[in-house]
Amino acid sequence: MSVPTHPPSVPLAIDDLTVAYNEKPVLWDIDLDIPEGKLVGIVGPNGAGKSTLIKACLDLVPRASGRVMIYGEEYKKNRRMVGYVPQRESVDWDFPVSALDVVAMGTYGKIGWCKPVGKKYKQQAMEALDRVGLADYAGRQISQLSGGQQQRVFLARALAQDAQLYFMDEPFAAVDAATERAIVTLLHELKDQGKTCLVVHHDLATVNEYFDWLILLNLRVVKAGPTHEVFTAENLKATYGGTLSALAEAGEALKQTKGAITS
Amino acid sequence: MMLGFMWSDLWEVLLLQKYNTRLVVVCTILLGISAGLAGSFLLLRKRSLMSDTLSHACLPGIGLMFIMVTLAGGNGKSLSLLLLGATITGLLGVIMVTAIRNTSRIKDDAAMGIVLSVFFGLGIVMLSLAQTMGGAAAGLESFIYGKTASMVSQDLHYLLWITGATLILCIALQKEFSLICFDENFARSLAWPVHFLDMVMMGLVVAVTVVGLQAVGLILIIAFMIIPAASARFWTEKYRYMWMLAGMIGGVSGWFGASVSALLPRMPAGAVIVLVSGVAFLFSMFFGTARGVLKIKSRQSRMRKKIGRQHLLRAVYEVLEREENGTNSPIALDLLTNKRSWSPKEFTKLVSQAKREDHLEPVSGNRLQLSESGFAEAARYTRNHRLWELYLIRFADVATRHVDRDADHVEHVLGPELVRQLEIELDQTAHGIDLPDSPHASIGEYSI
Repeated sequence: MSVPTHPPSVPLAIDDLTVAYNEKPVLWDIDLDIPEGKLVGIVGPNGAGKSTLIKACLDLVPRASGRVMIYGEEYKKNRRMVGYVPQRESVDWDFPVSALDVVAMGTYGKIGWCKPVGKKYKQQAMEALDRVGLADYAGRQISQLSGGQQQRVFLARALAQDAQLYFMDEPFAAVDAATERAIVTLLHELKDQGKTCLVVHHDLATVNEYFDWLILLNLRVVKAGPTHEVFTAENLKATYGGTLSALAEAGEALKQTKGAITS
Repeated sequence: MMLGFMWSDLWEVLLLQKYNTRLVVVCTILLGISAGLAGSFLLLRKRSLMSDTLSHACLPGIGLMFIMVTLAGGNGKSLSLLLLGATITGLLGVIMVTAIRNTSRIKDDAAMGIVLSVFFGLGIVMLSLAQTMGGAAAGLESFIYGKTASMVSQDLHYLLWITGATLILCIALQKEFSLICFDENFARSLAWPVHFLDMVMMGLVVAVTVVGLQAVGLILIIAFMIIPAASARFWTEKYRYMWMLAGMIGGVSGWFGASVSALLPRMPAGAVIVLVSGVAFLFSMFFGTARGVLKIKSRQSRMRKKIGRQHLLRAVYEVLEREENGTNSPIALDLLTNKRSWSPKEFTKLVSQAKREDHLEPVSGNRLQLSESGFAEAARYTRNHRLWELYLIRFADVATRHVDRDADHVEHVLGPELVRQLEIELDQTAHGIDLPDSPHASIGEYSI
């Protein structure tokens, strides 16, 4: 079997990816080619493997099979082009660092071993904090920030990485309205700069508004493509299956969408 | 007379002027510093108990090495060989914890408990076997409880090296260490070698533990690692100060504890040092300037004051709305006390607080009146409160995660468009408030 080649202009190409935890597959035969400069939503029910997909792309979980190419190269080679926003709950916010310290971690890759964070990189971190509207909070200990502010600190850290391709794990989870707006604005800025963002998302009501590309995931890729083609009742049913509440939610979301389009 | 003698003696020991205690005191200072430094990263990595497992796992290595060397006809009490044995089984213990955790469903704490006790049991068996081999094994049990008197210049030699290495690595790798402690996955996505850094960190812990075994014993060495770091955390919110402070607290505890124990007959230094650092911990816990208990209590009381102030001013404003058509004028106290479940004591406190903050005018009798600034504040609190209430009702499905009652200007959180819409609704229900510009500078205090 010949391995398909991907031109270096494709930010993320996944071939035949399977991931298993304790012999139980959580992702099956994923094949995806993500076009450049899109805001890509990853949507699916709980336990569908959304976070795992991101982690598998970043080499954070072992792959049972398959290949992930970032701009035509292995992740190891092109990891500088990748930015990562983990789930907010994945770290201990009691850790003794300030908001600026956390954002500066995004520049560690450029700084290199054993060197302290110099003026230049502090400046970059400050700019990133400013872009998410938290410049005034630079010196705050991170536990004193609200949940939404913590999420924005994580985003700023990814911005400081100055990447081409961003992976964001539920950035909209439990954030305030100001943060939600800040994230949306930021996503559009990134898109305008030709950057690609993959965002794990759980709020079906905002899918149409936020993303121009969509991956419907439930252990396998149910459907992937431009949002207006993929976000249909039929596909959502195939993704969420028989779970009533999810279907009701999906139906509601679709109704709202239709209303928004016709009005 | 006796006491005076003791004090001058202590002074001499502390200043390292006594020849026979100098070595011990210097050794424990160095041990305190290096354990404090290494321990602070261990604490931040949430692996405090790992050092306990490690130290207990050292014992069989000591016994086994003694037996093997003695059987081979060598000097079984050679310090470097014993410590080598301790290092080998200590590392083995750490590796086994990791192996048990990674290959079975057993969690970290249980894995550590198993390895710790089994290795310690094995160590006791080894020591008993060693005892049967003759009198040379007599001093081995000092590794369990520690015996500073048995320290020799070779210990000092090792400690100097290890303290130096710990300092250099903590300075050079503080960025890397703090990164893997805070967010391991992010570090891995940036391709920092997390395993390698973990090994360096554990290597430091192993080195400090093994060298410290003789002085403080394997049971108490964990205190050297953890207590200074945990104490330091109460004083600072920055890891780069935390580990330096931990080193200092460790060093001072070692210095003071060893000096005191040197003056008291048959008092083991390890235990005294741990008690000294325990006192340092208690002190830090209460008086720490970053997150000490008193600090947190005062923050909570500030919070209560703020909520009390908002409730009082809003209650006054609502009475004014009802009785005086929303203009600022004196009102009777009992109109207020009916509005909320204030006890008389609480209420008096709130009123005097509001007077101190210039929110109330001094009015005689059972009446009170808002000052100009107090009136503006009251109007603002009331309006914000109503907007939030309305918002919660109107957008019950999405609202809770957006509510920020503390926000000075609702507009900052919800956006001017939505606020205007809410205000129109408020006006229709005759609950609207024309917000006067506050003449009082204190508004800025709360703004975001």
